[in-house]
Amino acid sequence: MSPLVQGLLTIFIGVGGCVGYFFLSNLILDKVIFPARAENPGLNINRANLVRPWLFLFPAMAALGLYLVYPVVGSFWRSLYNRSGDEFIGFGNYATMFSDDGFQVALFNNFLWVLIVPASATFLGLLVAQLTDRLKWGNIAKSLIFMPMAISFVGASLIWKFVYANNADIGLINALRDFFGAEEPLDVLQVRFWNNFFLMFILIWIQTGFAMVILSAALRGIPEETVEAAIIDGANPFQVFFKIKVPQIMGTIVVVWTTITILVLKVFDIVYTMTGGNFGTEILPSYMMSYMFRDDGRATAVAFVIMIIVLPVMIWNIRQARAEMR
Amino acid sequence: MDNIAGTKSSLTWAVQISVVLLVVLWLIPTVGLLVSSFRDRDQISASGWWLSPFAVEQNFQASIPAEEARKDGEFFVIEGNIFAGGEGEVIRFGGARSAPTAYAPGETADLRRDRTLVVQANGDFVYKNPQEIKRDPNIYYSSSTPPEFSLGNYRTILFSNGMDVAFINTFTVTIPATIIPILIAAFAAYALAWMDFKGRGFLIAMVVGLLVVPLQLALVPLLQLHNKVGIGQSFLGIWLAHTGFGLPLAIYLLRNYMVGLPRDIIESAKVDGATDFQVFTKIVLPLSFPALASFAIFQFLWVWNDLLVAKVFLPSNSESWVMTVKIADDLLGSRGGDWGILAGAAFISIAVPLAVFFTMQRYLVRGLLAGSVK
Repeated sequence: MSPLVQGLLTIFIGVGGCVGYFFLSNLILDKVIFPARAENPGLNINRANLVRPWLFLFPAMAALGLYLVYPVVGSFWRSLYNRSGDEFIGFGNYATMFSDDGFQVALFNNFLWVLIVPASATFLGLLVAQLTDRLKWGNIAKSLIFMPMAISFVGASLIWKFVYANNADIGLINALRDFFGAEEPLDVLQVRFWNNFFLMFILIWIQTGFAMVILSAALRGIPEETVEAAIIDGANPFQVFFKIKVPQIMGTIVVVWTTITILVLKVFDIVYTMTGGNFGTEILPSYMMSYMFRDDGRATAVAFVIMIIVLPVMIWNIRQARAEMR
Repeated sequence: MDNIAGTKSSLTWAVQISVVLLVVLWLIPTVGLLVSSFRDRDQISASGWWLSPFAVEQNFQASIPAEEARKDGEFFVIEGNIFAGGEGEVIRFGGARSAPTAYAPGETADLRRDRTLVVQANGDFVYKNPQEIKRDPNIYYSSSTPPEFSLGNYRTILFSNGMDVAFINTFTVTIPATIIPILIAAFAAYALAWMDFKGRGFLIAMVVGLLVVPLQLALVPLLQLHNKVGIGQSFLGIWLAHTGFGLPLAIYLLRNYMVGLPRDIIESAKVDGATDFQVFTKIVLPLSFPALASFAIFQFLWVWNDLLVAKVFLPSNSESWVMTVKIADDLLGSRGGDWGILAGAAFISIAVPLAVFFTMQRYLVRGLLAGSVK
């Protein structure tokens, strides 16, 4: 059976199954288990309403539990076993991993990524949002800068492979170097340490649009009176921006910043396609993928380290959400 | 507003120019890829894509047949045209491999052993040798080829490299993985937004927390689970995985939107005797269309562009490669130096997301805003 037919069938079964489940389970609840016309209809309706939310929630909660909650525990458990998974070795995987040079490089590089990518993308996004705010063609400019969001990390990596190509007739970087009189083309992806920044720029290129869209909306939401008052008091445009506007959208800036930080900890595609983790560019997600299928114990240990790095953001997010609900 | 106090002219110009610069900087790499995808391998390595609207100068070598030589006085002479009836323009020429572009058209090249060679700009040449000509002599010349764009790369990649299979596979993965989570999430979001029950706050907090769980954690345990229950690495497995991974964002976005719907409508429907199921399907679902569309676009882009999940949950053979895997694992290795093919493949893979992006940008922006700013 061709995958396409299989896909159509799955849509049909999946959608039909979902609709059928929700419809039938409600029907059974209302007509069979707690019918509204028995001796005490009021009580039955109330009982049915107690059960109904769980009918609505069941498929989602089951999927979330199986695909996201269970893996957190499952991964941690697996990381305590050796490569083949038959011998319990406690924190052995973590111990060997932390003494591995490759892991230390990956951890250090990841630290750089987390430090630089969110900061640059947020800053550039804010800059573009502010600059395009009053432009007539601002929306076109924004839409073009937003465009890389639609491109896959693999696609973006290929796009930038052209820019970084080790040939003055293909790569723009080397063409520029050639123009300014450099003798030999240079493979920027093999320049130790700095190559990390060339890889980071790809992600910054993608994420600036995201930061821009959200910050642009936040800038629009600033009450005009505050800006007007500042201008009347003689503030110059830079003061208006840094002292009036930025403080008012600080909350949004933090949200954008943390969202991009989380993303940075997940993206392995760029390093994988550009350098394969060679030349000292490994980061944790790509380091994990290099052990996937080879040594599941080590792979899950890396994944769990990523989880621990994400944990503070997760807790902060939950507290924000709870504060809002009150 | 910045203009009110009269800080206009110079600053406005600075703003305009810097925005133009930023936009150009942001666009150049993609434009380069697009242009390169229409040029063949030789053109790409002969000149940068930024020179592609102009003619390219390339060096060629032509071999002229020795048997056409005729005796003319004391010389053996070969005459003819190096383009052999075709069109072209000679820019420089030479008679030795060591100096292929030593002479301008029309000049007489004095070669070793008293031989001479003249090549005209239109390709006509006269070759004279005092000895009998035994081997075919070579003429070296540089000629400009006019700018040329073709769909050759796309033809190659689609019909002989299996990119068509990868394209269909990507579609096959994406469509169910977009539709099914929406349906499941919509019901859950309604329950979390409009139904009152114990533990609601906890569940909402859990969804928010799960939003940031790194996917990496899920790979190993779930693949083991899939293997154990017999799904293994298959399309069914990847649909289920994407459904699970997409749910937190789906529930979160949809709940945020549904909470904002006017309470009066829902309550008056309930007073009129509508059940929760009816309220959901007849009122809330149609009203939530913008949020549904936002999430659909997100999930579509995310699944279409995904490499990680596809690498782990799909079997690693050419029949089930999606485009991202095909490019990253196959083409970059086997066709690493063939820039035209790579550019074509990349553009095929980003064409659909770009089309979706530019037609539905409105919903995408709305979804982003609902997801992060409150």
